[in-house]
Amino acid sequence: MVQASIHPFNPAPAAEPESSPTRQSAVQIRNFSRVFGETAVLRDLDLEIGAGEFVALLGRSGSGKTTLLRTLAGLDQADAESVRTPSSRAVVFQDARLLPWKRVWRNVALGLSGADARGRAEAALKEVGLGHRLDVWPSTLSGGEAQRAALARALVREPRLLLLDEPFAAVDALTRLRMHDLVLSLWRAHAPAVLLVTHDVDEAITLADRVLVLDSGRIAAEEVIDLPRPRDGGPAFQAVRRRLLRRLGLDLPPPAGGEGELVAYPTGEVL
Amino acid sequence: MSLAEAINFSNRLPALKIPGRLQRWVSPLVLLAVWELGSRVGVIPEHVLAAPTAVLQTIWQMVSSGELPINMLVSLGRAMAGLAIGVSVGSALAVAAGLSRAGENAVDPPVQMLRTLPSLALTPLFIVWFGIGETPKIALIALATTFPIYLNLYNGIRGVDPKLIEAARSFGLRGSSLIADVVLPGALPSFLLGLRYALAGSWLTLVVAEQINASAGLGYLINNARDFSRTDEIVVCLIVYALLGLTADAIVRALERRALAWRPSFIKS
Repeated sequence: MVQASIHPFNPAPAAEPESSPTRQSAVQIRNFSRVFGETAVLRDLDLEIGAGEFVALLGRSGSGKTTLLRTLAGLDQADAESVRTPSSRAVVFQDARLLPWKRVWRNVALGLSGADARGRAEAALKEVGLGHRLDVWPSTLSGGEAQRAALARALVREPRLLLLDEPFAAVDALTRLRMHDLVLSLWRAHAPAVLLVTHDVDEAITLADRVLVLDSGRIAAEEVIDLPRPRDGGPAFQAVRRRLLRRLGLDLPPPAGGEGELVAYPTGEVL
Repeated sequence: MSLAEAINFSNRLPALKIPGRLQRWVSPLVLLAVWELGSRVGVIPEHVLAAPTAVLQTIWQMVSSGELPINMLVSLGRAMAGLAIGVSVGSALAVAAGLSRAGENAVDPPVQMLRTLPSLALTPLFIVWFGIGETPKIALIALATTFPIYLNLYNGIRGVDPKLIEAARSFGLRGSSLIADVVLPGALPSFLLGLRYALAGSWLTLVVAEQINASAGLGYLINNARDFSRTDEIVVCLIVYALLGLTADAIVRALERRALAWRPSFIKS
């Protein structure tokens, strides 16, 4: 499969003139390794994410997904030579990680400097549909609401890189679908580059421009998802899904109708 | 008799029709009545224990003469002074040990060794050092309150969810704002628990410390009363000790309700 170095991505919305790392890419990782003790969690990894590009990262537990995300988030130290990220970046964690002793809007305004932090926090919360929950304590929010607040807290910083660490793994299926729509609309409105770490192959295909499979610290596969959004589970979707699952070590038999059904649809649009 | 029958039986018991909330007052009042009766008929002599009515009279006398309020204020002042010093020192040590590895290595071992000493055992040493004035009394109270504050706040700081700290760091919080917004609020519940223990400790120590040659305060009143076998005055002072302890506890609980309003248990109520 293709190493994730050169790839086509959708023409990015005009990026603000910013120095790092280059005009058209938000993330550049070159030949990056991360070793804990004897084991290399990431090995000679190359990755580039375009400005405004939505990338999903799949991988089994222990494949190095979280390490990669933490490196990009600046939570783990990395040398600036091999890892270049924009300075404005924000993370949404699997658990919302709201500070329980701060009201919701104060959580969103956390660390904001400058005037009208409250106004900006309010606007962000309204955007995620929590305009009516500004002044409540986080412990009174439902799981979905807490993740919305976490999204607002990330977006209020207008990040050029938005890192999502399995953000919908802990919410119920219906809420997850709503969150997918929300994330897509926020992504369109703010156009950050997104790296979504997930276990969920369907989620990855539904949301991303490009899906990467991480295996043993390397990018083992890449699929550019060229399907129009919103993406239903049509045959082209299923074909991508099957290929990705095979990459993850799960060989599914072809659907009951046989591959013949697939032939009727162009599947060549994906790598 | 089955459990259900037993419950039924106890439900039929209050033939007197006492409202539920007052039922808990019945046995204390009965005990008081027995105590009063025992004193009146001479089963309980006055030099052993004064009658409740005598105690009430004594309270009135001691309040109206100003003797009780003045000495109470003296004791309260000692407790507060010692508590203020203890809370300050304990908090400073806990923050130093909680926030840095170097601080932990410097502070924690000696404090852990010292806390195994019952603070009251230091009374003779403190008298040698500080004489028999106010200083040893306040120093004893300060010592007794330092440790509960230190232990709880230190544990609280170390127990703050590292995931929250990491999240706050990812949003650019560093140094003092990280401490003020995340670490200290996260440790506040533990600190308030420590404050409760410290208050209880300050009271206990006050009682003993005031036995050191005091010329004012509740301990002085008790010592005087003992010398003249005035059991009524001793009981009055005991009641005041109890009331002060209850008040202190109520203050901390009110503080918790305000400061920990974000906790689910307080949100519901």
